[in-house]
Amino acid sequence: MGAFILRRLALALPSLLGISVVLFTVLALAPGDPFAELATNSNVPPEVRVHLRASLGLDDPVALRYGHWLVAMLHGDWGFSFISRIDVTTLIWQRVPVTLGLIGASQLLALAIAIPVGTLSAVKPYSWFDRIASTVALAGFSLPTFFTGILLILVFSIKLDWLPFVYRSDVAATGWHAVVEHVRQAILPVTVLGLFQGAGWTRYVRSAVLDVIRLDHVTTARSKGLPERRVVTRHVLRNALIPVVTLVALQMPAVFGGAIVTEQIFRIPGIGSLLIDAILRNDTPVIMGVTFVFSVLVIAFNLVADLLYGLLDPRIAFH
Amino acid sequence: MASSIPASPSTEARPAKPLSPWGEAWRRFRRHRMAVVSLGVLALLVAAVVLGPFAWRVPIDAIDFSATTQGPSLAHPFGTDDLGQDLLARMLYGGRISLAVGIAAMGMAVLVGVTIGALAGISKGPLDAALMWLTDLFLSLPQLPLLLLLIYLFREPLKAVFGPEGGVFVLIVLVIGLFGWMQVARLVRAQFFSLREKEFVEAARALGATTARVVWRHILPNALGPVIVAGTINVASAIIAESTLSFLGLGFPPDIPTWGRLLFDSKDHLDIAAHWALFPGAAIFLTVMAINFVGDGLRDALDPRRVL
Repeated sequence: MGAFILRRLALALPSLLGISVVLFTVLALAPGDPFAELATNSNVPPEVRVHLRASLGLDDPVALRYGHWLVAMLHGDWGFSFISRIDVTTLIWQRVPVTLGLIGASQLLALAIAIPVGTLSAVKPYSWFDRIASTVALAGFSLPTFFTGILLILVFSIKLDWLPFVYRSDVAATGWHAVVEHVRQAILPVTVLGLFQGAGWTRYVRSAVLDVIRLDHVTTARSKGLPERRVVTRHVLRNALIPVVTLVALQMPAVFGGAIVTEQIFRIPGIGSLLIDAILRNDTPVIMGVTFVFSVLVIAFNLVADLLYGLLDPRIAFH
Repeated sequence: MASSIPASPSTEARPAKPLSPWGEAWRRFRRHRMAVVSLGVLALLVAAVVLGPFAWRVPIDAIDFSATTQGPSLAHPFGTDDLGQDLLARMLYGGRISLAVGIAAMGMAVLVGVTIGALAGISKGPLDAALMWLTDLFLSLPQLPLLLLLIYLFREPLKAVFGPEGGVFVLIVLVIGLFGWMQVARLVRAQFFSLREKEFVEAARALGATTARVVWRHILPNALGPVIVAGTINVASAIIAESTLSFLGLGFPPDIPTWGRLLFDSKDHLDIAAHWALFPGAAIFLTVMAINFVGDGLRDALDPRRVL
């Protein structure tokens, strides 16, 4: 098991390196000069500018600059925000828990929808339930998160006035009231993201269960006289969920995209809204940092999925 | 027994005369009722955005402060925004852009995907491995952050080359296409792997056909079905991607009212002008859903595996 984890970690490293190369290439290819502002500043003489460029290594060959950048990133030196003058790492660490909480809660909601609905659909394919569920799933899958967010705000915040639509980290309440307020303001964003993912996953669960339910061991279980419920939960679902784990991991980039949009709609202080703010204010170090963190998170989730896959499927040997 | 689940509950009698492959595909497509309905909806939408501006001749930027944020009325069937601009005219114009972005980005994704998938599928060994590593790398890139990053970095220079509208269009199509080819590449590679061992390919090779001819004449046409399905779905995701960018305020400039941009502009006026958000949102939803249903129907019609 330990060796397996190590081997998977070793495989994840090239991907991480690849992503860092992609990121750096994009930045290096990008037109525009971090010193553009100095160029227009008449207080900075041109020779000082040239000297500054040279001293910061901007005239070095690209490969050397990549090396320097990578070493700095590995040391945790991600620079500081042009706008708030705070270390990028501090800024990101403040906000990562919020994003992870949002994604985690919505994933749970999505699974709570997708597994029962997908399974029921596949147990009786082309029944009325299946047709309605499949149609609704496809419709939900076609509803972009920004539109669901706006619809939910319209209905639950503006018309009914039940739930707040701006997320506040400083709730004006104490004790239990604060907890209740935090939950209340999390309901809408988590629902938006959860419904979007749940709709997509329902389709995966359905086709995965359909694949397994035709196999011989299920027929055997049925002919042994096991109750249908037990056949489905023990013999079908256990096997069908294995490929779903991988599909869920493959969806992570899309999930992060949805999280960025959701954070932006509800003004949740996570790394997604940090990214948008940074882009709107040309805060390059923060943009690079957040993009890199997103990449690392995607790879980390893929890694976790692979490990889970190994745990769930005894046929995958740990060597 | 493994494939005893029918594609549709109705088992029609087989038509008397044999159908061409495309006729057979059309027959299977027609059995997916939602797909047929969606095809009609899609045709209507395309006709509306292509022909609509000729019938509804209100300019998209006519400002009228006596009629701001009005609900639907005879003069403005979809209402007006905070500057009194007619939303129907703006949506018809924006729809053209949204659909054009979707189709162009799909074209780019399919082109790149088929090229990479075919190269990987026909060559064994290191080239295949390298291309698949690249595909997996792109699959694990966080797409939206990178889209935003690319647009942030490249928007100004492209604007200078292609003009404000053309520059953003080219950029958005390129970046969305750049992140949409991986599924196509994987599908094509998988198809190539199974097709290149088939007897008819072997026969063509025995007759002295070059690799290029085998690929172009024999393998690619047979690998087309799944590619068409993936391409259809790609149009939908490209439309969503473009709308997302515009919704975040990082897509097209404010004077080009794509559907996502209209939503972005409307989101601070939800309490007084709900229609402003509802119409463009519904247009995106309807278009994307119709395309997804058509894709579903095409999968039934063209994809031999037919899992769903």
